[in-house]
Amino acid sequence: MTETVEKELTAYLAERTGCEPAADQDLFASGVISSMFALQLVVHLEDEYDVEIIGPDLARENFSSVRAMSAMVQRLRADGAGGPGV
Amino acid sequence: MSDAPAVVKCLVWDLDNTLWQGTLLEDGEVVLPPEIHRLIVELDDRGILQSVASKNDHDHAWQRLTALGVADYFVLPQIGWHAKSQSVKEIADQLNFALSAIAFIDDQPAERAEVAYHHPEVRCYDAAEVLALAGRPEFSPAVTSDARRRREMYQAGFRRTAERESFSGPDEEFLRSLELVMEIKRADENDLTRVEELTLRTSQMNATGVHYSDADLRALLADPAHEVLTVTLTDRLGPHGAVGVLLLNCHERVWHLKLLATSCRVVSFGAGSVLLNWLIDAAARAGVHVAADFRQTDRNRMMEIAYRFAGFTGDTCDCLAVLPAGGDRAGIEFRHLVAEARPAPTTMRVIAPRLGR
Repeated sequence: MTETVEKELTAYLAERTGCEPAADQDLFASGVISSMFALQLVVHLEDEYDVEIIGPDLARENFSSVRAMSAMVQRLRADGAGGPGV
Repeated sequence: MSDAPAVVKCLVWDLDNTLWQGTLLEDGEVVLPPEIHRLIVELDDRGILQSVASKNDHDHAWQRLTALGVADYFVLPQIGWHAKSQSVKEIADQLNFALSAIAFIDDQPAERAEVAYHHPEVRCYDAAEVLALAGRPEFSPAVTSDARRRREMYQAGFRRTAERESFSGPDEEFLRSLELVMEIKRADENDLTRVEELTLRTSQMNATGVHYSDADLRALLADPAHEVLTVTLTDRLGPHGAVGVLLLNCHERVWHLKLLATSCRVVSFGAGSVLLNWLIDAAARAGVHVAADFRQTDRNRMMEIAYRFAGFTGDTCDCLAVLPAGGDRAGIEFRHLVAEARPAPTTMRVIAPRLGR
């Protein structure tokens, strides 16, 4: 599961930005993520993985690398699956 | 507050026997009456964009407009053999205007009827009425400092889009290639109309959705504890005009950011986060925290993300005690941050006054 999400995200970033990041590469430092792209990325993750990213989860650290995003998505999916009415 | 749908934002001209006298393909020679030439310049000064929907050979007609010295006034000209309703729609779509903001003028009743049939929202005028247009209320918008440069801004925008589409490297490299310069300055009386307009029009990038009237802003200009700052952006392809406004109340330990609004035209240039980073860096130099007002609306999610990604949180802090709270704040929350130095942006140069002491 982890590997699938990381692979999908790497492919998405490669397609959108023209460079393929390593899973632990800091995307902000390397300039892959502009602020506009940040919003598109949030929306992409929500649509693709059926999660809602709000409040403190929107912290920059959660988006800093492919690995961090993948971990957040899986945590949110686990939370969602356990909760009522999801 | 109505958002004044009555104002025409773009006038689309027919050419033969409307803009000029004569039929290009039949007469060869056509004449541009001086009073029409003056009208074109006048509407341009008012910030009303102008375009062309004409059934003609494109290169031939465009050469003639150039020779008459008016080609530069027209954006997105549609000269060809397709239906004029289609041309008008194309212009509205590319400008991202509602059809109700478009006007169309043509001497042929059948052409006006064709446009009106497909797009009843478009206002159609008979060429016989052309000289009365400048006197009509829908062609008399409140003229802001940006109005006279609006066409230039759109034309620069089209060039930017074309360059971006042909650019294959990472986004940041493209932005750097634009040589963007952001200028932040203290607002004066002349800027207030544009500032007020920005607080009204920037629903997606307005942190609170609060509208400050001209009178509110005028009072704040006079108050030494408040900073009203305007933001303009320029690049090597031309000006973007006034694109943002910040309203700051400086307390001893905390700067209260009461309003941050940026135009959606510049979102893709990262203008919002550059502004926030500049402010955070200035606050760090002044040794203060930053508390930003934020009220969630159904359209300003981008702003929430900009604050969060810049490091603001919903956590509380002692410094917030001096700030207004409760009753009249109507759902406005604080986003708080302990300011620390930030590096200068890599995508643009920022020119700004020194805030605080």
